[in-house]
Amino acid sequence: MNALLVLPAALRASAGGNRALSTAAATVGQAIDDLAITWPQLERRLRDEQGAVRPHIRIYLETDDISDLSGLATPLSEGARVYIIPAVSGGC
Amino acid sequence: MDEAVVLIGTRKGVVVARSSRARTSWELDPLQLMMNTVYGIGIDRRRSTPRLFAGATSEHWGPSLFHSDDLGRTWSEPASAPVAFPADSGVALTRVWQIEPGPSAKPDVVYAGVEPHALFRSDDGGITFDLVEGLFNHPHRPSWVPGGGGACLHTIVPHPTDSDRMLVALSAGGVYRTADGGASWEPANRGIEAKFMPEDQRFPEFGQCVHKVAAHPSNPNRLLAQNHFGVYRSENYGTSWDPIENGLPANFGFPVLVHPGQPETAYLFPLEADVERLPPDRRCRIYRSRDAGDNWEPLARGLPQSGYHSLVLRDALCADTGDPTGIFFGTRDGDVYQSLNDGDSWELLASHLPDVLAVRAIVLA
Repeated sequence: MNALLVLPAALRASAGGNRALSTAAATVGQAIDDLAITWPQLERRLRDEQGAVRPHIRIYLETDDISDLSGLATPLSEGARVYIIPAVSGGC
Repeated sequence: MDEAVVLIGTRKGVVVARSSRARTSWELDPLQLMMNTVYGIGIDRRRSTPRLFAGATSEHWGPSLFHSDDLGRTWSEPASAPVAFPADSGVALTRVWQIEPGPSAKPDVVYAGVEPHALFRSDDGGITFDLVEGLFNHPHRPSWVPGGGGACLHTIVPHPTDSDRMLVALSAGGVYRTADGGASWEPANRGIEAKFMPEDQRFPEFGQCVHKVAAHPSNPNRLLAQNHFGVYRSENYGTSWDPIENGLPANFGFPVLVHPGQPETAYLFPLEADVERLPPDRRCRIYRSRDAGDNWEPLARGLPQSGYHSLVLRDALCADTGDPTGIFFGTRDGDVYQSLNDGDSWELLASHLPDVLAVRAIVLA
């Protein structure tokens, strides 16, 4: 089973230039856990060292914000697309 | 190498200004680390090619610490977090506020002061850092509170000759010092007034909001401090402090700088008050002392003298290593000024940058 993590342009340099990364993880959280090994710089862009997703990041499974599903425990299915999105916030 | 560099940390990235040793004209590199707020910058002059540091925080992607070994032309960071709290600490890094090379006897030691209140130490030249547990586990830590800028450890003053001694300042907790290499720490705030406390509690053991501390390596026992109300001097490495405000228009402000070539010369940028964080008379004036703070005089030549509403933050006043010494300051409205005559007159080095948060400078030998 493989799902796809789709990255915003600002994070591609932290993933070897890839626009998207394939994952065999069972949940969104496990997929990010795996990044700590394969792409650690990318992982720490997404979460702090206590595991909390950074406050100005939104993660969508297809068209749904995972915070409206099961958060990081949201399960992944074959072919699912997970979108990492910089929130419309962040100040100036 | 005939080169001078001014490293400028701004709200939206880092800018490097370059000149010859004469420092008569400057060119600015394009903004780097774009959309990162760069509070903590540093230059480690102990290396053959000085290593530059930039503590950068992206509102979206979090904090990191970058370094440059080519004088700011390119920046790097390790794959894993260079500065991170241990998993069992229950705390996450918000921002790197301060980067300070250790004493000359420890050429690979670099310290980082961070938010939330903590000190980190690197033993590999500033690439990776570990939490200084002795300060993090101090029984006072739960009582430290954030200042207006955050819960930051913003000042690190390593002792120049005794690598076991060091002093830090944090907002709002005050000054702490160690004599055993960071294993244990004691507050060092006697004489510093906390005017924001009730009248009968204004000289606590700790809890003061010290904004910056500066020292000269030739006399490490003498410290100058710009406090949240109050400018102070200690002659005993922080055991006690006395006010030094003669000639100042106000005693609030953020930066304090000691001239690297003249231990008795120091600089401030006074502001009216905590509820009026604007320069007195709306004039841009650096204040200088030639007698270690006993007396202060305004320096205004070349600076805006009417309708001025900007200010200089705690790390945006610095000196370089040139001859003559260059004094530099950056402002929240994006200007950087320099003086090559100890502040007698000033020239605009850069303008229209994002808010300047920190400035450091070096002249290469």
